Amino acid sequence: MQNKLEARDLVLSYADRTVVDGLTVELPAGKITVIVGANACGKSTLLRGLARLLKPASGVVELNGRNINSMPSREVARTLGLLPQTPNAPDGITVADLVGRGRYPHQGWFRQWNADDDAAVAAALEATGTLELAGRDIDELSGGQRQRVWIAMALAQQTDILLLDEPTTFLDVTHQVEVLDLVTDLNRRAGTTVVIVLHDLNLAARYADHLIAMKGGCIAAQGAPADVVTEELVQDVFGLEAAVIPDPVSGTPMVVPVGRHHSRPAPAAKNPAVGYLPNPHDSRHEHHNPMEAAS
Amino acid sequence: MSSPAVLSTPVSGSRPAQQNGRRVPPVLLLAVSLGILAVAAFASVALGARPLSLDTVWQALVNADPANGDHAVVLSRLPRTVSALLIGAALGLAGTALQGMTRNPLADPGIMGLNAGAAFAVVTAIYVFGVTSFTGYVWFALAGTALAALVVYAVASLGREGATPVKLALAGAALTAGLTSLLSAVLVSSQQTLNTFRFWQVGTVSGRGWDVLLPLIPFLAVGAAILLASGRALNGLSLGDDVARGLGQNVALSRGVMAVGVVLLCGAATAAAGPIAFLGLVIPHLVRGLAGPDYRWILVLSAVLAPVLLLVADVVGRLILPPGEVPVGIMTAVIGAPVFIAIIRRRKLAEL
Repeated sequence: MQNKLEARDLVLSYADRTVVDGLTVELPAGKITVIVGANACGKSTLLRGLARLLKPASGVVELNGRNINSMPSREVARTLGLLPQTPNAPDGITVADLVGRGRYPHQGWFRQWNADDDAAVAAALEATGTLELAGRDIDELSGGQRQRVWIAMALAQQTDILLLDEPTTFLDVTHQVEVLDLVTDLNRRAGTTVVIVLHDLNLAARYADHLIAMKGGCIAAQGAPADVVTEELVQDVFGLEAAVIPDPVSGTPMVVPVGRHHSRPAPAAKNPAVGYLPNPHDSRHEHHNPMEAAS
Repeated sequence: MSSPAVLSTPVSGSRPAQQNGRRVPPVLLLAVSLGILAVAAFASVALGARPLSLDTVWQALVNADPANGDHAVVLSRLPRTVSALLIGAALGLAGTALQGMTRNPLADPGIMGLNAGAAFAVVTAIYVFGVTSFTGYVWFALAGTALAALVVYAVASLGREGATPVKLALAGAALTAGLTSLLSAVLVSSQQTLNTFRFWQVGTVSGRGWDVLLPLIPFLAVGAAILLASGRALNGLSLGDDVARGLGQNVALSRGVMAVGVVLLCGAATAAAGPIAFLGLVIPHLVRGLAGPDYRWILVLSAVLAPVLLLVADVVGRLILPPGEVPVGIMTAVIGAPVFIAIIRRRKLAEL
């Protein structure tokens, strides 16, 4: 199998704090894998480990059967691309320049910029719908445009595996959907193996072929979203009382949080705000009738 | 913004983009800068306490007559001009690399503790070892710069995230403060050391003969070669460490190699001229504003434009207080500070 990325007994730690604890996982090739979990569950750390940005304390990450940490970094970079959560755009850089920087692993002292690079950059701009922005300064763009440009940079790297760390974090819902649609396009068109860390459980359930739920540095559950996302799992992984109903658009599981204040649906009430955070003084016994979802 | 014309121009990621026409092509910038540099260098030879006609200067340069007193004056000014050229280029390159590798817009040899390291080493040389010649200072200044760089890096590396830009700057500032007070302690207690040291400390390119410059050339050459070749690495680092490493760059190795270049250039330049402030800070910002974010151009242009500022500062310093002179270290600050403020006001300081 090609572009196989897997971790075995992976332990990742910062100083003496273990964040990912003996995790074994195989990322399905050619699929979109989404990693979810509460804050500090180790999902971003796992992604950094998979991208060889963090050396394992023990265990191993293997790319096509080879230890990723003993491969030449540039060779890895031609197979595996990464978009971190907060990349840094140099002041005054144009879109085309920034996307061109994705060609780094394909260049060298004796292999200067050439037609392949031009073609790769043009293709990346086109795929992300940023071609008409090519000459603009990054600072002039909206958040959604900027994120598409960063994805274009990762695409210009022309890798078969793409790791994205919370690519939708600072975007409004329209652009979140736009970015995830874009990533899905890439996956469907080029067969790119995509691994995304996401916050939004509903978007995760909709866009994932394979969903991994993490808790305390370990995998709590993984598989098809329909099998993974259950009320029990949401309670277990997020500590959130929620109803899980089929997404009216996609049929994938949709998580509706219960919260403490709006649990009895009044006849005229609109849907309670999704994502309402539980009160810190939450007392879980007090909620009344959690919406019983059609299952 | 309908510009399907974009495709007809090559979509160049690596070549500096000029699609929006606001930026001068870097090649043109380089040509103009070299022209200005030539003028500044010529002015540095031509202007001084003794007025000379341009023709005399030209004749002295192309066809020197040892018997001619005017020619002798011109030739005696030559080492000073060459010092300014070399030292300016060294500090411009080192400042650019320091800012790029630490992603800190305020990084310069002064803030990062390198000048303090060199100064303290020179004082040690004078006070403890009785060294009084500039050729003798060189080794101490180089060693002091290197030690300071090591200490700053080691201190900044403590703790979880490693040597972040902010921690590097803080460690540099702390080391500077510590060394400066030690230095003051020595100078207060030894009048003789102070007398020797103050001539080094002001920062000047005058009175440095070929005997001081020649031994520095190898250091400057190696340092400049390292940094001029670091453009691609700096371009990678400017995207943040994670992106750079994701692109296959060995971030630690890049920084280490560049640090060697910076230490060689700063150490040699500081040894010869004393601590010269502002040059390494201002020039990279100025160049970035002109040439955009591609470090391969920023480096080259810094190496050309920093000597321009240093030469101009030196010439102005020679002329404004006749018959005396204002040392160039003071003049660069006098000229550099307003330039820096202007840059800050014109655009938000580049986030590196």
